[in-house]
Amino acid sequence: MAAAISAFENGARDILLLERDQYLGGILNQCIHTGFGINYFKEVLTGPEYADRFIKKIKAIPEIEISLKSFVVKLTKNNVITYLKPGSLEEVKAKAIIMATGARERTREMVHIAGTRPSGIFSAGLAQKLINIEGLLPGKEVVIIGSGDIGLIMARRFVLEGAKVKGVIEIERRTRGLARNVVQCIEDFDIPFYLSHKVSKIHGKDRVEAVEVVRVNEGLNEVPDSKFKIECDTVLISVGLIPENELIEMAGVELDRKTNSPVSGELNKTSIPGLFVCGNAFKIYDIVDSVSKDSSLAGRRAVEHIAGQA
Amino acid sequence: MNLFDIVIIGGGIVGTSIARELSRYRLSLALLEKESELAFGVSKSNSGIIHPGTQNPVNSLKGRLCVQGNFLIRKIARDLGVDFKEVGELIVAFNEEEASRLVEIKKDAEKLGVPKLKIVGRKWLRIHEPNLSGEAVKALYAPTAGIISPYRMVYDLAENAVANGVEIHTETKVESIVRSNHFEIFTTKGAFKARYIINASGLYADEVSKMAGIDDFKIRPRKGEEFILDKKKEYLTNHLLFPLPSKVSKGFLVIKTSDGNPMIGPTAEDILDKTDLATTDMGFKKVLIAARRLIPSIDENDIIAYFAGLRPVAGDDFIIRHEEKAPGFINVAGIQSPGLTAAPTIALMVVNILKRAGMKLKKKPDFIGKRKKTIHLFAMPLERTRKLIEKDSTYGDMVCRCEMVSIREIRDAIGRGARTLDGIKFRTRAQAGRCHGSFCTTRIMKILSQELKKSLTEVTKRGGASEVIKGERS
Repeated sequence: MAAAISAFENGARDILLLERDQYLGGILNQCIHTGFGINYFKEVLTGPEYADRFIKKIKAIPEIEISLKSFVVKLTKNNVITYLKPGSLEEVKAKAIIMATGARERTREMVHIAGTRPSGIFSAGLAQKLINIEGLLPGKEVVIIGSGDIGLIMARRFVLEGAKVKGVIEIERRTRGLARNVVQCIEDFDIPFYLSHKVSKIHGKDRVEAVEVVRVNEGLNEVPDSKFKIECDTVLISVGLIPENELIEMAGVELDRKTNSPVSGELNKTSIPGLFVCGNAFKIYDIVDSVSKDSSLAGRRAVEHIAGQA
Repeated sequence: MNLFDIVIIGGGIVGTSIARELSRYRLSLALLEKESELAFGVSKSNSGIIHPGTQNPVNSLKGRLCVQGNFLIRKIARDLGVDFKEVGELIVAFNEEEASRLVEIKKDAEKLGVPKLKIVGRKWLRIHEPNLSGEAVKALYAPTAGIISPYRMVYDLAENAVANGVEIHTETKVESIVRSNHFEIFTTKGAFKARYIINASGLYADEVSKMAGIDDFKIRPRKGEEFILDKKKEYLTNHLLFPLPSKVSKGFLVIKTSDGNPMIGPTAEDILDKTDLATTDMGFKKVLIAARRLIPSIDENDIIAYFAGLRPVAGDDFIIRHEEKAPGFINVAGIQSPGLTAAPTIALMVVNILKRAGMKLKKKPDFIGKRKKTIHLFAMPLERTRKLIEKDSTYGDMVCRCEMVSIREIRDAIGRGARTLDGIKFRTRAQAGRCHGSFCTTRIMKILSQELKKSLTEVTKRGGASEVIKGERS
């Protein structure tokens, strides 16, 4: 939305915004905690409130056509997009494309946690959606693997919903999340925080029953005889985000193997002229305010690219 | 209570293959499965390889059944609308000593009747398998090897069997068997009467056999850990790659699955617990090292999923026989690799055993041999997708973004018997991609809840006590 609005403000008049979900705002809709907008709006907002500012603004601009439930299946290096939506499959060519596809959560599989695969293992974001959107509490005794911001926020959320959070396990010596989240979500609720520890195994047949935790040294190797078990019925995985860039990869954009970000000399740009990437799809940001700022710049760059071609 | 002609115990590839084959005849048939859905036992972890028949002892039953099965399964797959791809396999030798063993393997396989085998050298390998390690000197090429989706095969066999009158009962665990004039089978869902029993209960075949009074074999689980790579790496290999086989297994393979994702593994570890499906750090390390020996460019960051399966091992060969001491009771046990390939021939063998045991088999004139192919958007060119969406708009309503699965496909899967999140995953691939269901799980839960008229809190991952929402079941 920020990129589309910025493209309009910089002079573009024929803008199509494709959203695969049935509503605008993406993941902000499930982020009902506060802390959004402090830099961008100089106000403290919740996620849905932050998104709503953009939704109101974008709906007031008739030159931006919003297409919901629209799922892009193909992108070519000539900037042709194929997308499908209920009832039709469409193909459009654009003078410039901005990818604001965000990120997905890294999974348990990406950090190779051994053990079984019972019910009760959730990405922190999925647990957040279950609680905040669906009103369902997935479990009562929770262990959180990784101390990314979503994991920290969810630790507090579970406690507020009446569950017991039995530990947050972080392999590094310090948290990956924001300091304010450690204080407000972990320390204020007396949740055990295990730094330099990792979960070495998940136990349970139908449902998660326990995790095995072990201390690690500076080389991240297991310290002998430091293993202990925490019984729990739910495990959240919060081990970072990874840019969602499979479409631009399909178009031939070179991606960094480790980060899944486009290899680029300049913010928002890719190896394909006229194809821009913004927000968490370009690189993982700590706060949404930075995402919006980056996306506004992408909108301007796209317009400059079109002008340069005319 | 009905008296069935035959009750089949076990709804994996073996049980459903037998059920479908027997459904050609005028018989009353029931299949009992203890899990919530079919293929949830041994079959769910099958790699989907249709073996050519190499790497089997010359005089083995499994070798003979495998070679014929490789031939038969093609028609079955075609009739049922299951994709079969003949990709060929390479057994790779890394030095001259290993290369000389290839000659022996080739000779043995030819005795079994494996067709079109050829030993290929470095130059051939460089052209046809460019990512293979440069250290490979020779390989035995078996062009008739193929791949298939093991679960879709089970589901489509079952669906066709049901169309031909077979009753399928899930969540029906056999607890005891009493024999008088006929068998009485007591289960968690009541009693069943049968004139014949076919025991195809995988890991539990020894326990079920014991209930009928036959206690002369044991099933030992042999664990295999498998690791799946991102579909982006679909073209990592052209063939199924095998190292030289060891005594207990065919070794660590690099293969492609029928859905396009490469897969590496499996380990082979004899264990005691028939429910131990845990993966291990050691298994991961072993598989990665061995897979890189074949394809050095494999990166651990490409691994998006892993699981463990248990092979039901009862000695060196399959046990398929009518038990004279328990007339009417047929054991089909110890069906480990190459069980999927052999399944069509196992079914034919069971038909013959029944005939010899005195069963009168008469073909039905109205047997339905074919079923309509299930639609999967991911396996289809965009032009066909366009036509489908224009005809039925719900094909354009995407649920699973990573694997491109529409709401229509999910509803179809439920209509065809899916009851759990895993059942949806095995049938449609929704939740099987790189995000692991992070984005689509809640939507699938809602679809299940709407279609089955159950509350969201009743939705399970794979039946039993595997509710997604713990302790809120109303």
